[in-house]
Amino acid sequence: MRCGDFKTSYAADMTIFESNTARIMLGLFLCTLFTLPLYTPGYLLDIINRIGIAVIGAVGLNILTGFTGQISLGNAAFMAIGAFSNGYLAIRFGLPFYLCIPLAGLIAAFFGMFVGIPSLRIKGLYLAMATLAAHFIVEFIVTKWESVTGGVNGLSIPAPKLGSFEINSDARLFVLIFIIAVLAVLFAKNLFRTKAGKAFIAIRDQAISAEVMGVNLLKYKLLSFGISSFYVGVAGALISYQAKIISPETFPISVAIDYLGMIIIGGLGSILGSIYGAIFITLLPELLRMSTSALAHSYPDLVYKLAAMKELVFGLLVIIFLIFEPAGLAARWHSIKNYWKLYPFSH
Amino acid sequence: MDVTFLLQLLINGLVVGSIYALVATGFVIIYKATSALNLAQGEFLMVGAYICLNLLSKHQIPFWQAILITFAFSALLGIVIERLILRPLIGSHLISVIMVTLGLSSVLKALIQLAYGTDTIPFPEVFPSAPVQIGPIPVSQGYLYAIGCVTVLVALLTTFFKYSKTGVAMRATASSQQVALSMGISVKKMFAISWAIAAIVSSVGGILLGTIRGGIDMSLSFMGLKVLPVVILGGLDSILGAIVGGVIIGILENLSGGYIDPMVGGGAKEVAPYVALILILMFKPYGLFGKKRIERV
Repeated sequence: MRCGDFKTSYAADMTIFESNTARIMLGLFLCTLFTLPLYTPGYLLDIINRIGIAVIGAVGLNILTGFTGQISLGNAAFMAIGAFSNGYLAIRFGLPFYLCIPLAGLIAAFFGMFVGIPSLRIKGLYLAMATLAAHFIVEFIVTKWESVTGGVNGLSIPAPKLGSFEINSDARLFVLIFIIAVLAVLFAKNLFRTKAGKAFIAIRDQAISAEVMGVNLLKYKLLSFGISSFYVGVAGALISYQAKIISPETFPISVAIDYLGMIIIGGLGSILGSIYGAIFITLLPELLRMSTSALAHSYPDLVYKLAAMKELVFGLLVIIFLIFEPAGLAARWHSIKNYWKLYPFSH
Repeated sequence: MDVTFLLQLLINGLVVGSIYALVATGFVIIYKATSALNLAQGEFLMVGAYICLNLLSKHQIPFWQAILITFAFSALLGIVIERLILRPLIGSHLISVIMVTLGLSSVLKALIQLAYGTDTIPFPEVFPSAPVQIGPIPVSQGYLYAIGCVTVLVALLTTFFKYSKTGVAMRATASSQQVALSMGISVKKMFAISWAIAAIVSSVGGILLGTIRGGIDMSLSFMGLKVLPVVILGGLDSILGAIVGGVIIGILENLSGGYIDPMVGGGAKEVAPYVALILILMFKPYGLFGKKRIERV
């Protein structure tokens, strides 16, 4: 019986999977995950697809905010840039999706790095405000640059095609989204075993010490902005495929706040936490809808108040988590796991 | 160029700007005292406006009493929020404080929406509506009252911070919490008072906006985000900066609304303050009157 975590080597400390059991469990989980479209009804699959996209976006935001400590309120804007570049590339140049999505990510990454440039000079709340301003400016440009973005009417995105095979159903999109999501999570997980990832964490913990230790602040902050915006841009590109029609209103500031909520509730600086948070926040409106439709007989006007209810619960959850469990669901899960690992001898 | 048009824009800018200045003052008071960034300032404004509206139209309470009750309610709201939400987070990471106020703004917005819906509700007429001629341009009396109210309020606040015991204690807390504590000032109490004052000041802004616009809706909460360029321009920790910044941003917004909007087909008015924000951060990150912070290892 294992009665604690005893790590005797650096390699053991850095390993992603603590044991073979964990590897097998993850393998089984992935196998089950990819069989989901076979027996899941369409509506549920649509929600699961949105979860997959949210996972990519939340992991990306967590790389920047949770791991590098740079607060960004501009992720909805980067998402919009990803979505509209994807749409433009697909419609105007007819590029296949396997080129469009990475290119959209790269364009978003470029803009992210551009917004990140001031991060060397300004930090903390100033950066939060700069990214917020970037959001409104991008929103304005997206609305006005009609030749590229379609303006307020938006763009309607053609279904992605692989040869003659059209990825046009929820089940087919599921495969596309979740292959990317799994790759994204794996990359992020491994990122923090590399020099760059450790530099990010060093910058978050104490920027000046990091610089003294030889971490080039500008380079790594920009890299973090770039990687994070790449993720968010890819998530935006996938949203454009999933929603089929995108307009500037698809990406309001509340999207950025939702994503921040995901990583707060899931756990700042935790990849697993981003996943939990993404699942939780995406499911929240659906759960509320279900519970309100159950109560609809007794309180008929509840249905109209769904949006406000969602916002209320979201805000309360963010506040409650910040006060009582600032490390998020990931930490909660960890402590529950540890409790049972040592049961009944835990204290 | 049409001079009357320009003057009209300037006056509109001055009025809106003075309300920005009010809300920004609340923001700065909280930031100075507790170094918390209150992104829910716009919701304070909105709550104040709705409470006052409710008292005026539903309960038919005379205006002055309604205002006093609104102030009391706002103060209570500020104190409760500080006690329940902000105090447990003292000393935690900046992102927690930013997110908690964002969460708070979600909650307040949702509560208002649940209680009043999303439609615009007409605000009862408080000030006489007949316009006054100032030189060549007609100015609504509400505007004049608004500017008057803001001036009086700012004067009151200045006197309060300069001469009253509590005001001096609050300034002491802002400059150094440790020293303030050792001088026998209850820092916790000062935090609570800061939130109360910020909420009251914002509610004045809400009521004024309600009377000027003639109706209030959920869009009032956007004032909370509009106020960020103002405080950045003025300097995050300067009340004078908040007032000057508020007027400048208000005028800038109206000028770009008047001259740039027709060229690009709308939207410039909303985005201009944020362009200004980016420029200020690039060239003068501590604003016009802000204290420069030098980072030492």
